[in-house]
Amino acid sequence: MTRNRYTATAIGLHWLIALVLIGLFGVGLYMTGLKLSPQKLQIYSWHKWAGVTVFLLVLARIAWRIGHPPPPDPAGMPRWQVVAAHGVHHLLYLLMIAIPLSGWLMSSAKGFQTVWFGVLPLPDLLDKNKELGDLLQAVHKFLNYSLAGLVLAHAGAALKHHLIDRDDVLARMLPISRFLDKNR
Amino acid sequence: MIRRLILSTSVSALALGGMPAQAVEYGTLQAAKSSVALTSKQMGVAVDGHFKKFNATISFDPAKPTAASARIDLDLNSVDAGSPDANDEVVGKPWFNVKVFPTASFVSSSVKALGGDRYEAIGKLNIKGKSQDAVLPFTVKQDGSSATFAGSFTVKRLDFAIGEGAWSDVGTVANEVQVKFNLVAAKK
Repeated sequence: MTRNRYTATAIGLHWLIALVLIGLFGVGLYMTGLKLSPQKLQIYSWHKWAGVTVFLLVLARIAWRIGHPPPPDPAGMPRWQVVAAHGVHHLLYLLMIAIPLSGWLMSSAKGFQTVWFGVLPLPDLLDKNKELGDLLQAVHKFLNYSLAGLVLAHAGAALKHHLIDRDDVLARMLPISRFLDKNR
Repeated sequence: MIRRLILSTSVSALALGGMPAQAVEYGTLQAAKSSVALTSKQMGVAVDGHFKKFNATISFDPAKPTAASARIDLDLNSVDAGSPDANDEVVGKPWFNVKVFPTASFVSSSVKALGGDRYEAIGKLNIKGKSQDAVLPFTVKQDGSSATFAGSFTVKRLDFAIGEGAWSDVGTVANEVQVKFNLVAAKK
């Protein structure tokens, strides 16, 4: 029965990470345009703290996935879709690792050490350097827009599986699948 | 880096009549080797900055340290507070208000020897139209033809109304700002 579903841990991490990432993306868009204020400093700090947190969650998700392989692709999926689906998943993981790293390095290059929740200092791997800071900011932005595009493709494909192919690809990742799981 | 140091030797040199032969007085400031840095704390994170321009007048005779005197003037327009954002903000009215108060200064009134190479300069800190008593601990390292006066002290920014209004919340930018000076003076 559970063979065709993701584990509860994988499902929990997937949706938690999704929520935090969407929130961080929105906050990131909003905060960069703000005039300097105490509130701006607070928002930037929370953005960094949440970014470190999501990085750790992604590592946990990857570690879990290694020990708990996802359910197989539905039978009869065209070859190109299998390749595209797996390619997108790999890129999603890659970006979810690369984006927090780029943010952390950007912060270092701009002269602001990241101190997780104001308590745990992360090492500054880069010295303060304005040009490098600006470059890393551009990289962080580019990676984020790439992730946003991939997330849309990922969600679109899941909906297509559910609504058009009428298979269990979406249902097996939903926390509650009683009404959606076509295998029951 | 544009660091302009001017040293005027106002000097107690006149009082040196009966000094032992090895007594040397230090005075002429070496610009390239000197610095005045500041560290603020934002959301629990130390952010380093510095002043690019400052003037200093130091008179120090190792044989008679308690007769030493110092005056340090900081050009507040030359502050690098750590980021372009902060540099735009910190010269404004809620912070230094440089249009009205372009300079901050420390003027010593006495110097106490604490033993070894450690001393204390007691005097007044003048920032943004406000004057407060201050004690600056410092060490003196003599190295042949020059001496290094180094020390650090903490300024409580709200004592001088630095960061008014919304910025007076010390949970975001801490009240304590660390100032670290390293002034190198040549033998006169």
